[in-house]
Amino acid sequence: MSGRKEAALFVPCIIDGMYPEVGEAMVGVLRRLGVHLCCPAGQTCCGQPAFKAGYRKEAVVAARHFIRTFEGTGTVVCPSGSCVAMVRQRYPELFRDDPGWMEKARAVGGRVFELTEYLVDVLGIEDVGARYRGKVTYHDSCDLLRGLGVREQPRKLIGRVRDVEFVEMKDSERCCGFGGGFSFRYGDISTAILEDKVRNILDSGADTVVGCDMGCLMNIQGILSRARHPVRTMHIAQLLAGSGDALPSPARRVPQPPCR
Amino acid sequence: MTRIRTELFRQEAGKALKNRHLQEALSDFQERISKATATAFSSLPDAEGLRLEARRARMRAIENLDVLLERLADKILARGGRVFFARDAREAVEYCLETARRLGVKKVVKGKSMVAEEIGLNEALQEADIQVCETDVGEFIVQLAGEPPSHIIAPAVHKTKMEVGRLFSEKLGIPYTDDPVALTRAARDALRQRFLEADMGISGCNLACAETGHITTVSNEGNIRMASTLPRVHIAIMGMERIAARLADHDVLLRLLCMGAAGQRLAGYVSYLGGPRQPDQEDGPDEFHLVVLDNGRSRILADEDFREILCCIRCAACLNVCPVYGKIGGHAYGHVYCGPVGSVLAPLFVGVNRAKDLCLGETLCGACRDACPLHIDLPGMLLRLRSKLADGDDGWGVKRERPAEKLFFMLWAGLVRSPGLYALALSAAAFLQRLLPGAKDTITRLPYPFHEWTQSRDIKRLDGRAFRKRWKELR
Repeated sequence: MSGRKEAALFVPCIIDGMYPEVGEAMVGVLRRLGVHLCCPAGQTCCGQPAFKAGYRKEAVVAARHFIRTFEGTGTVVCPSGSCVAMVRQRYPELFRDDPGWMEKARAVGGRVFELTEYLVDVLGIEDVGARYRGKVTYHDSCDLLRGLGVREQPRKLIGRVRDVEFVEMKDSERCCGFGGGFSFRYGDISTAILEDKVRNILDSGADTVVGCDMGCLMNIQGILSRARHPVRTMHIAQLLAGSGDALPSPARRVPQPPCR
Repeated sequence: MTRIRTELFRQEAGKALKNRHLQEALSDFQERISKATATAFSSLPDAEGLRLEARRARMRAIENLDVLLERLADKILARGGRVFFARDAREAVEYCLETARRLGVKKVVKGKSMVAEEIGLNEALQEADIQVCETDVGEFIVQLAGEPPSHIIAPAVHKTKMEVGRLFSEKLGIPYTDDPVALTRAARDALRQRFLEADMGISGCNLACAETGHITTVSNEGNIRMASTLPRVHIAIMGMERIAARLADHDVLLRLLCMGAAGQRLAGYVSYLGGPRQPDQEDGPDEFHLVVLDNGRSRILADEDFREILCCIRCAACLNVCPVYGKIGGHAYGHVYCGPVGSVLAPLFVGVNRAKDLCLGETLCGACRDACPLHIDLPGMLLRLRSKLADGDDGWGVKRERPAEKLFFMLWAGLVRSPGLYALALSAAAFLQRLLPGAKDTITRLPYPFHEWTQSRDIKRLDGRAFRKRWKELR
């Protein structure tokens, strides 16, 4: 990869509102790699919650807003597989009867990358210079794995983090039971599925479970916290930011281009 | 029609979750079968190519059903068989009853057939004083127990061997044992007599072939072969979509079926049947009837959004990987078709409103789409069903559900297109959440309609300093 690296940040609404530290960690990692970042100010939500609950008219409103917001940017990076899958794979279905918007949707969809995909496939970087002392296991999020086909990228990145001991948990590819509205509407079924996931995490002996989607991690963290299990949940951006370690301060200032 | 209880999904799922035996049975079963299937697929030289080829063949067949079914029927008629096209369950049942009456049939042996379950054939035969005996061991077990099957391929998967042991000892009068070999032998002894006494055999059809004019039945117990050759009359019932155009397509699909269903290269017994016993044949029935069932299928065929579901070859690979099925089992779905495929089919058959919990009660994890030998986009169709529930649909006669949720998303749509208002709403929510119980960072009890989440889990509080605010300092 040569030349100036630039990317626009697409911040999932749950990271914006509940886990802003994950957004900061992503900024840290990308800046450390010399990527110039902008963050389009008007962004809100990609429309996934409405779409998955069946409210397509409302999802279209969000999708149009998203497309307008990111229309002028170049490469877009997002720390969530399900949000990227929404834009890349579901927008075309939303606009299937609207050729004008369909074209725009495809154009944006072709430029949006999930964080680990961006690092490994676009930038060609596996070692981001991070350090973490801990035994780490990885949970595959459904939309990232089965939607976008991203399986090895996060594992490669984790494998290059200094001092990390990596263990695979049993059935890492099995759903954690989140499913957005499903986890609120069918709490008992969701919990039963989640309990299997937590058992596999605990059985792995890891002290940290890493994932690429805060939806799943919020779900897993929710039950770990309730049961007072000491296992930490961590977004991969946080792991890669290597926060709290002796590496150069991730959020160091570099001149940033304004977002168009 | 048989036992439609889709409205009871929540209650039945709740009961299933509390049933420890069921939980054990399901998790053992999924663990075993999903791995076997995955291994079988990975041993194929070009599994992916084969799947794509099968999918294309299947879609082509679905789009030319009228021609293919006619070709099949002509060939069967030419061999002296009879073919009946049934518009609905009632017509199909009537035809079977009428045939049984005409021939004075008193005893029926059945090969496993989901379509027969779909039309409620057993109940109808019994009401007409005709004895029906299921001959697939799994079906035999659930019939003795007076239960519907809970899996498309493994109907008694919800039962432990101890339960089967108690059931056999009570119903077959044998001493209690939970040894699977002894239990199988007991079932075999009981069934052998029934085969010899039966006047009529009824089977399903795994896949018909238009080119050769045959139906195919697939089993691992040999029971369908017995049921379709020993009695003097054989009725086969097929869903009208279960047909391949050419023998070459048929071959690919059959292999994928056996692989998806049981991780086998080919099942133990595959029979090609296309009429009554011919003059040069030693075995076979005097009469052969094929019932081709519509029962809502042509309506699905007419809708491009759902047509793809008719490609399904009922291998049940989707059930074997589904996290929801793995927890609630088949009975909770309240329909003969359960699991991911049932969650799409049942609403289309019985009405989307009536089966709304089947449309919504899935995580959309996509494991079913990956496991499906034909890559049928089940999650995509579930999403389309959900959109019908959200906004209503005249074509399918769907009424809008959950008006409050609709209102919520309308408000939400107003916010997402106005970044200023959105940020304000986020700040307001961050302020208001202080009223909710919990610790500094977590909420331990959410109000209705979010309360189910916090019955087992905490949830993180909104951060007063959203990323959008922090970015201003990061720039």
